[in-house]
Amino acid sequence: MKFVDEFRDQHVAARLARLIGEESAGRDWKIMEVCGGHTHTIYKFGIEDVLPANVELVHGPGCPVCVIPMGRVDDGIAMARTPGVIFTCFGDMMRVPGSQGSLLDAKALGADVRMVYSPLDALKIARDNPSREVVFYAIGFETTAPSTALTLLRAAQEDVPNFSVFCNHVTIVPPMKAILDSPDLRLDGFLGPGHVSTVVGIRPYEFVARRYGKPVVVVGFEPLDILQGVHMIVRQVREGRCEVENQYRRIVRDDGNPRALEVVGRVFRLRPHFEWRGLGFISLSALAIREEFARFDAELRFEVPGVRVADPKACQCGEVLKGVLKPWECKVFGTACTPETPIGTCMVSSEGACAAYYNYGRFSRASSRLQVLQ
Amino acid sequence: MSAASDASRIGKWSEQEVLERIEAVRRRAPRIREQAITMAHGAGGRATHTLVEALFQPAFGNPSGDQAPFEVGGTTLAVTTDSYVVSPLFFPGGDIGELAVNGTINDLAVGGAEPICITAGFILEEGLELDVLRRVVESMARAAGAAGVRLLAGDTKVVPRGKGDGLFVNTTGVGLVREPARLGAARVSVGDAVLVSGTIGDHGTAIMLARGDLDIESDLESDTAALHGLCAAMLAAGDVHLMRDATRGGVATVLNEVAREAEVAVAIREEAVPVRDEVRGAAEILGIDPLYVANEGKLVAVVAAGDAGAVLAAMRAHPLGERASQIGELRAEPPGMVFMHTAFGGSRVVDMLIGDPLPRIC
Repeated sequence: MKFVDEFRDQHVAARLARLIGEESAGRDWKIMEVCGGHTHTIYKFGIEDVLPANVELVHGPGCPVCVIPMGRVDDGIAMARTPGVIFTCFGDMMRVPGSQGSLLDAKALGADVRMVYSPLDALKIARDNPSREVVFYAIGFETTAPSTALTLLRAAQEDVPNFSVFCNHVTIVPPMKAILDSPDLRLDGFLGPGHVSTVVGIRPYEFVARRYGKPVVVVGFEPLDILQGVHMIVRQVREGRCEVENQYRRIVRDDGNPRALEVVGRVFRLRPHFEWRGLGFISLSALAIREEFARFDAELRFEVPGVRVADPKACQCGEVLKGVLKPWECKVFGTACTPETPIGTCMVSSEGACAAYYNYGRFSRASSRLQVLQ
Repeated sequence: MSAASDASRIGKWSEQEVLERIEAVRRRAPRIREQAITMAHGAGGRATHTLVEALFQPAFGNPSGDQAPFEVGGTTLAVTTDSYVVSPLFFPGGDIGELAVNGTINDLAVGGAEPICITAGFILEEGLELDVLRRVVESMARAAGAAGVRLLAGDTKVVPRGKGDGLFVNTTGVGLVREPARLGAARVSVGDAVLVSGTIGDHGTAIMLARGDLDIESDLESDTAALHGLCAAMLAAGDVHLMRDATRGGVATVLNEVAREAEVAVAIREEAVPVRDEVRGAAEILGIDPLYVANEGKLVAVVAAGDAGAVLAAMRAHPLGERASQIGELRAEPPGMVFMHTAFGGSRVVDMLIGDPLPRIC
């Protein structure tokens, strides 16, 4: 497949891995990939098998589904169960457990919950069903916020009165800061998020290099992108540099996408604070719908519990999201908490560190190498 | 994973011990936790298996499977039943009628049975255009005629508007088993070769694209086909130990069934798995894995290592097996697990399908 296979070439990978091995030799390295999409790629392609043993990848908080707190799931379910409502969301949101089951459970019990691939699909459903209330459960970082913003602009333009958005958009920089401020983590650098950076550019990460002295390399989502990003971090440290670099130049411009940012700014404002699953309340870390678009704000249109629900005690998603624990080190990993009966959000989305590890990495690497490679 | 982390422990547990504990949990008898049926129960993956093992098998007291052999007066017959609820009813490369006949034949054929006859039950929704029904029925007759199988009996029920989705078909098939006990998980052993009969994921992808939710245009067609001829050619060519048609849940689900039932490990090589570019492209966009996408004209076979070449040659000589490939082999450790050597040079687990990523496909 053109433009994909080139980024998955085994021989290029072996060369890069050799370079990383040579230049990283002599000490242990811990590099965090911020974005859940990277976590997924790392496990799907078995990148840890290709990297030298002294380079460890730590999985970060950038899975949009994983950071949604339980209370906000319950609020969504309450909306979905309101008579007459068609509730729409992305596929992986459907299985996220709230305190009383998931949207999928609500659907099985009669709620009209539909999976969409884009918020514009939800708007179309609203136009096609003028007698029903249609709600879109908006989640995601700066990557998906522009498409929600555009949808709201279009809803206003076309005046679709039965459409609303339950906004749970979050921003990437505050949780990175929270992780850098947490005392129990030692990192050598960050693989910066690729898709988010197509919107925000690479400048927002400069504080990581300047204030915290950690290099950042924004990388793409193909396995060679990740290997090259690791190599660029190792090289920065070896050469005594500490800066923000852009490996994903084929997509990401240093200044991001000003038009997308402008649309996001027009439709959304920063919330004073927002709860993150496992990370707690982080100020100025999420987006709410501006007053001009308040008539499309599901939070104002529906009565919801709005209750803060504590995570199950056994669940250690917070530590996993911060990279303090590896998925398998969580007390309930793989036994009480599995992809089919997830307790924590990290086990739900295919981008969650736990689900990725459970689905793809759940076996002893040492013995598997012998097995597969003979 | 680094050597350092292999050695790290939580409390008294090492990673290896945690993984072993997880495998022990996974081997326990499954329990149904849901209050109501969800779409995942029909997706062919883990939820379907749990439903069968925790509800149907205890109640009906049989080992079950898509098809089962039984003896009458010294002759072994096999019987199978299947329901078809695919949407849309007509899709590129086939329709619900042809799919029902071929699917029933395939369930018999991969069990080593020669298909003899099929029955058809129709559940029709009030308001269904008669022309639609006529096209489906004629398509079934054509498919059965081409396969040399008789459509022997039938039934018709009509449900009120809104209580069905146009047209559902249920079939039962009966076949003749000439060599009982030739095929089955009991015959599978470490060292056997794992073959697939061609490109995977064509049917499920074609259906998804035909539903038009994605606005992707492609001339990809369903692979629906009757596989009894191919099966016969394979059985004649060498010591085939097991065959399964890779329908819902795809090739990954079949491999997991083999690993679990025979208590072996299945090791496959990503590069050896034949996938069309259109399927890979669509799967890439949708974030799904072709290994889990349904097929309606492809099978997985486990073959004695020494006969793999001969069986593969026989498959490639058959029009329905031209792109057949050996994708891997059976190993001893770790039992019950399927893993893949990725084209990138790493390795990963290929688990059973969890949840329901796909619309109604069969």
